Amino acid sequence: MFGIVGWGAYVPRYRIKTEEIARVWGKDPKTISKGLGIVEKSVPDLDEDTITISVEAARNALARAGIDPKDIGSVYIGSESHPYVVKPSGTVVAQALGCAPELMVADLEFACKAGTAGMQIVLAQVTAGMVKYGLAIGADTSQGRPGDALEYSAAAGGAAFIIGPKPAVVIEDTYSYTTDTPDFWRREGQDYPKHGARFTGKPAYFKHVINATYGLLEKVGRDVSEYDYVVFHMPNAKFPIKAMKHFKIPKEKYLPGLVVTKIGNCYSGSSLLGLSAVLDIAEPGQKILLTSFGSGAGSDSFSLLVKDKILDVQNKAPKTRDYIEKNKEYIDYGMYVKLRKKLKI
Amino acid sequence: MVHRSSVPMHWRLYESRYNLVGNKCLVCGEFFYPSKIVCPNCRRRGILKRVVFSGKGKIYSYTIIRNAPRGFEKYAPYVVAIIELDEGPRVMGWIVDSKISDIKIGQRVSVVFRKIYEDGKEGLIHYGFKFRVIDENNQLRD
Ligand SMILES: [Zn+2]
Repeated sequence: MFGIVGWGAYVPRYRIKTEEIARVWGKDPKTISKGLGIVEKSVPDLDEDTITISVEAARNALARAGIDPKDIGSVYIGSESHPYVVKPSGTVVAQALGCAPELMVADLEFACKAGTAGMQIVLAQVTAGMVKYGLAIGADTSQGRPGDALEYSAAAGGAAFIIGPKPAVVIEDTYSYTTDTPDFWRREGQDYPKHGARFTGKPAYFKHVINATYGLLEKVGRDVSEYDYVVFHMPNAKFPIKAMKHFKIPKEKYLPGLVVTKIGNCYSGSSLLGLSAVLDIAEPGQKILLTSFGSGAGSDSFSLLVKDKILDVQNKAPKTRDYIEKNKEYIDYGMYVKLRKKLKI
Repeated sequence: MVHRSSVPMHWRLYESRYNLVGNKCLVCGEFFYPSKIVCPNCRRRGILKRVVFSGKGKIYSYTIIRNAPRGFEKYAPYVVAIIELDEGPRVMGWIVDSKISDIKIGQRVSVVFRKIYEDGKEGLIHYGFKFRVIDENNQLRD
């Protein structure tokens, strides 16, 4: 049996409120905040990027796992905001964590689901005996064009998962659903993504999240009602809540993982921060269902079973909710423009 | 402080910049940062062992930089402090994620991994340790 031996979250300290962004663009703050279900979002500092977020999240995962970093045989970082186009983020992260040089490293891209793609690769390597432990990270410092709807949600954060033997959380099975769907893209050299507005909802997010979840349930032979917590990718709060309603999942099972309302959409970090928030409070014997979504488009679904060992590791690193609720400072739109380097001087 | 300079010079410093690495004399128990080649207390009898520091400590002294040098203007005002690590040695580093009013001598801090310097838009990005304020129980503060 293989699964998660340690997990860790990281969310930058700065926040901007939805109403502050709406004020600048002359929109009605209440309509937007209610429509998206996002009250505020995280903003990275000038000296933070996907690499620094990955290191912080992975150090928390290492603290929980309590293993020698040299036993980590592979590092995969999923992001759509790798700081370099050529030079893998994973090289810096592995060096900083003390995993180098005997390991496999590659950066992954699949919009918001590259982090869960990394978890699947690492799970396969661990199961095949290629590595003892593997590290998968989903992290982003995503950007929306000023004035674009995405500006209200595009946020920064990440979560890291060390996968190996004797886990605190068993990964029972995983299932993926992928098609060629033009819902969202960004070309080489462009600062901001484009989205095919009509494509974002039904043919993209809902089709993939719902089909992947059904595919997983069929594969493991369980009813969705058997799960204690459910986490879906969170581009906003509206989409995952609608998908939860489709599966008749009650609020108390999805609210603990619904981190988007307070930090926005952390892209590759989004569903994984939701999972990390759930693992922080999960109890032995509980079952967790996770389904990510990445534009382009695809979904990865996971069935997780919590073991007794989780009680030994939960308190060994800062909790996801501590980053979300405690460690924060509000900024205005002017400061936001400076931090996100939206001013071309 | 980091200056615009050769790629190899930065590369040689990765080990000491990415983590707070020093050493400890197993004979007298004193910690050193940066690493010593010979223990100044025990001389030839000393036995030095590499250690990675916990990264926790307190502010020993600090200064606020309001007129930043070239390349660092966008960060101003920022705080550079001398941190006394819990193991004993003192280290210089930036304090980030903190209002200037939060910075006090004796304040608890913890190490974080950040960008130190970007060599323009085309050059390398250099990473390393900085510090952030934490509460008395070593937890993230409000
Ligand atoms: Zn000595």
